[in-house]
Amino acid sequence: MKRITELKRDIRFVSFSAVGGYEEGIGPLGKNFDIIDNSGKFGQKTWELAEGEMGRICLNTSFTKSGLSHTDIDIIVAGDLQNQCVATSLGLASFGIPYIGVYGACSTCTESLMILSSFMNSNPDIKYGAAVTTSHNSAAERQFRTPIEYGGQRSPSAQWTSTAAGSFILGDRGKVRISSYMPGRIIDGVTSDGSNMGAAMAFAAADTIKSYFEESGEKSDEFDYIITGDLGRVGSDILYDILKNEVFGFETIHRDCGLILYDSEKKDVHSGASGCGTSASVLASHFLPMLEEGKIKKILFLSTGALMSPSSLLQGESIYGIAPLIKLEYIEDI
Amino acid sequence: MESIIYKVLLAFVGGGFLSLLAQILIDKTKLTPARILVFFVSLGVLVYGIGLYDPLYEIFGRGVATPLLGFGANIAKGVKEAVDKEGILGALSGGLTASSAGITLALFLGLIFSFIFKTKQKRM
Amino acid sequence: MDINEKKRLIKKHSPKSPIVKNMFFAFLIGGLICALGEVIFIIASEFFDEKTSQTIVTLILIFLAAALTGFGIFDKIARVAGAGTLLPVTGFSNAVVSEALDSKSEGFVLGVGAKIFTVAGPVILFGISSGVVYGIIYYLYTLFMG
Repeated sequence: MKRITELKRDIRFVSFSAVGGYEEGIGPLGKNFDIIDNSGKFGQKTWELAEGEMGRICLNTSFTKSGLSHTDIDIIVAGDLQNQCVATSLGLASFGIPYIGVYGACSTCTESLMILSSFMNSNPDIKYGAAVTTSHNSAAERQFRTPIEYGGQRSPSAQWTSTAAGSFILGDRGKVRISSYMPGRIIDGVTSDGSNMGAAMAFAAADTIKSYFEESGEKSDEFDYIITGDLGRVGSDILYDILKNEVFGFETIHRDCGLILYDSEKKDVHSGASGCGTSASVLASHFLPMLEEGKIKKILFLSTGALMSPSSLLQGESIYGIAPLIKLEYIEDI
Repeated sequence: MESIIYKVLLAFVGGGFLSLLAQILIDKTKLTPARILVFFVSLGVLVYGIGLYDPLYEIFGRGVATPLLGFGANIAKGVKEAVDKEGILGALSGGLTASSAGITLALFLGLIFSFIFKTKQKRM
Repeated sequence: MDINEKKRLIKKHSPKSPIVKNMFFAFLIGGLICALGEVIFIIASEFFDEKTSQTIVTLILIFLAAALTGFGIFDKIARVAGAGTLLPVTGFSNAVVSEALDSKSEGFVLGVGAKIFTVAGPVILFGISSGVVYGIIYYLYTLFMG
């Protein structure tokens, strides 16, 4: 089985943006976000529409930054957390760009960048493509958990679904290149506890990271960071335990977006952030800017997804995890 | 006055103890809050049925009547009175009759408040 | 990696609920709500019989919990109180009203009307079903033993 695809075409990040809600705005990355809406409503009447509008605003910001308009974009790969990805469909409809919807639970960001770069790699006629990922705390609570005003206690292993969006425009200019990708495998997370999804996803992340180094023959010290999406505290600790003898120095180069988005010292974050907007917005507001400035040169980026539905949880099925990976490199043009 | 303080204190102890019991069930077992509510309502019927409820009620008053245990006991009490009065049909009519005021108010307020209030996003 | 090894890792790294703290607040707040109920009961007893006074207690607590839910305060108290707000009738009221507020965007009939029963439904169903079983047993008991 060969899992890594090297991209022959030089595909780069032309522009990228992050949009978020109140908790994201007051978090450590708040000042790096392009737009913050404290109400979380983005001028819409329902939380579901708010999520779509957040994605639209986020993509529009990337257009503005790149000097491109929607007519320059040949394809868009995007997704969110809602049933049938309806937030993305409703939010992005007005652009009229050919669209591929992706549902990868919280792995959507990496999955859509992977699919988009694969499309662009095989079809040189696609000059620019876009990827958008969103998640919304209120919409996700309604769909997956309990009503917003319901009084309940969160388990210490529970994670907080972020209200956040990340958008990316890929093309032939920019300083950060996607050089290869590796799709994830569906790995049994053995728990059916919906408040411990980080733990369930850790095994998928471990599988991808281990397989990547085995297949590529690369060494972990070539990388500035190996970044996971939203394993949170519990998932990250399990990952360290699994990889401590497999990947040299893993704990020091590992970063988890779910542990970066909120300030665990000041806030009652429990195990960390989750939701597919987490890895998308942290990539766009934190890691891509660092890469673009050349502060870091090479990273592995994995978004981690918990594959389940409210029905499968009620039926006691185990939560499966998935962790696709992309390799990002800083390119110094002469 | 002293007896009033005594009664309020006993209600506090009774209600506190039942809540503590429910908390242990939530934290130690995988029972979700909805299952806890169902469990305590059914437990209330059972406790009344075996004749334990009335002595507890005499001691703790609102301490056992206010938690959902009391809700269940109230249903059982209604069933018992209805069976005494109208025979076997009382088993069907007594439960809802006894609990009707609380259920109806909660549902009615839910409907009315859904006109008035909007949900606000959660804060950490 | 086999299932048992995975389970071991999850168990090893998953934090336990702060059970002592949770128990303390459940006791305190659950107790306070019932104490408030007792105060209301004592006042109501001045004017009404015991059964009516008991109903008044239930109704006032349901109303207070519903109002706190509407103003977005209930969930903040419940986060600390846990079973302390869940177990008294306040939890029932909050479950009903929060579902109603939440599902308004899906319309009043299949939104509010249907989803208001998400938690209330099971409570009522199992409450009255236990009642029916008890009623039948009690009826047979009076028939043969009475």
